[in-house]
Amino acid sequence: MIGYIGSRLLRAVVTLLITITLVFVFIRFSGDPAAALAPPDAPQEVIDQYRRALGLDQPLWKQYTAYLGQLLQGEFGYSIHTGLSSAQVFMGRLPSTLLLGGSALAIALLLGLPLGAIGALNRGKPIDRFAMGFSVFAFALPNFLFGLIIILVGALVFQTYVGASPDSFVDVFFPALTLGLASMGAFARFARSSLLETINAPFMVAAEARGIGGRRRLLRHALPNAAIPLVTLIGLSLGGLIAGSVVTEQVFGWPGVGQLLVRSVATRDIAMVQFIVLAVAVTMITANLIVDLLYLLIDPRIRSK
Amino acid sequence: MKNKVPFVVKCAMVFVVLFVLFALFGQWLSPYEFRETSLLNRLKPPGTEGYILGTDARGRDVLVRLAVGAQITLIVALVGTIIGAVLGSLLGILAAARRGWTENVIVAAIDVQASLPIIIVALFVLAMFDNSFTLFLLLIGLTGWEVYARLMRGAVLSAKEHGYVTAVRALGASPWRIYLGHILPNVISVALVQFTVNLPLTILLETALSFLGLGVQSPLTSLGQIMSEGRDRLLTAWWLTLFPGAIIFLLALSVSLIGDWLRDRLDPTLKAR
Repeated sequence: MIGYIGSRLLRAVVTLLITITLVFVFIRFSGDPAAALAPPDAPQEVIDQYRRALGLDQPLWKQYTAYLGQLLQGEFGYSIHTGLSSAQVFMGRLPSTLLLGGSALAIALLLGLPLGAIGALNRGKPIDRFAMGFSVFAFALPNFLFGLIIILVGALVFQTYVGASPDSFVDVFFPALTLGLASMGAFARFARSSLLETINAPFMVAAEARGIGGRRRLLRHALPNAAIPLVTLIGLSLGGLIAGSVVTEQVFGWPGVGQLLVRSVATRDIAMVQFIVLAVAVTMITANLIVDLLYLLIDPRIRSK
Repeated sequence: MKNKVPFVVKCAMVFVVLFVLFALFGQWLSPYEFRETSLLNRLKPPGTEGYILGTDARGRDVLVRLAVGAQITLIVALVGTIIGAVLGSLLGILAAARRGWTENVIVAAIDVQASLPIIIVALFVLAMFDNSFTLFLLLIGLTGWEVYARLMRGAVLSAKEHGYVTAVRALGASPWRIYLGHILPNVISVALVQFTVNLPLTILLETALSFLGLGVQSPLTSLGQIMSEGRDRLLTAWWLTLFPGAIIFLLALSVSLIGDWLRDRLDPTLKAR
């Protein structure tokens, strides 16, 4: 078990280190940062001065170790446009994104799982076909289209601009629904197949033979076992939520990290983009690690290996 | 096993065929060229004399723009999906065939890709380099390569254990012959099924990036790019966003439905559920 934890930790650290290295390589080879930072008509001496100040005259491996050192000390560079440190700008935006992503995940779980479970319990009936149809539908519906339709309906029918200020219920609910729709479909599909699998498992037949009632069989025997892979699914859906938030925030003018990322890419604010990419990588790698470790707690079968 | 094609899947197939025909020949439906502006005919609603689907803010015919946009979206999605499938599958097979360091490096690369959503990678690269159509196509091509690599690695590893491989090896076949002639035909269905899962993802990624203004750039156009241009006029000129949006949605939906149906046909183990 210690070996399992150790190997997962090592894998996470290696993955993060490779990501950081790739980010470094891309930034160094995408162009001359000195020329980009110096004024457009600066003479060569000024550009050379910038090169020395940025350490670009050093050999590449020295630049790389210096870069790693900066990251360890929490120096992530300054956003060109605000002049603030990129970490500071990011932190200012993070609460909005967490609110959006958290609400989206909650909506997806609360609506998706019951839908899939009802489908599984009524296998082959119209409600089941509806649940499956919905999950394909939710997957294929682009979130930017759904968001625009919501804005359009809100403006034409209810005379309001949805998402204008993320503090009223409606203004949080609809952007979160837009973001969570794809995950909701995935959760419904998962809940259905996972529950179907456990309902037909041998231990369920055994429970029935022991005379345990249908309701108790479902709640105490089937559901806990069907829920085990849910941990993985939530971990996997995190990537989709992060990716989706970039588009959703743009559609609704939501003042979060996704909007910041799109704007920074359009204006080539490299320090900002770099920080966001690293933050996403750290989040995802940590989430995957937590999922792996949670399995130890939830599933005794892995613990014994 | 029922061989009847479900009604919904038939509809999906019809839509995909119509879409491809529209992408190929739709430009002939309109007398205009897709970049042709007309200041006198700006923002005409659908049904206006001469403009069946209306015009945009520069007086360009929406019908012909949708046809060209559909063409670009189709090309990007197909080429992107093929790049990802070939690259990922080859890496997966290579990892399983060579083992050792090669495998470690490829598995680490898979881990790295799995820790960064493809749209974040694409945005990062687009922030560094000038956006060109080739670069954009390559980025779209990275969509889901790691899934192919993981699936193919697993499939080849298990295929290597089979008796037929040992038999062919004992007969003195070269490694190339074993992999290309015997293992590949046995594992290719894994990649084919994944292809149908991945295709709608590339369609959605291309349109999302173009919608953000960071994908296909004007004067070229794609369905997402048309939506991006029409977004600011959502309330006054809904046809600029809803027409391309509906096409993207129906296309992704149809391809997914066909993909699901194909997967059930090709993989009998899933059918049992």
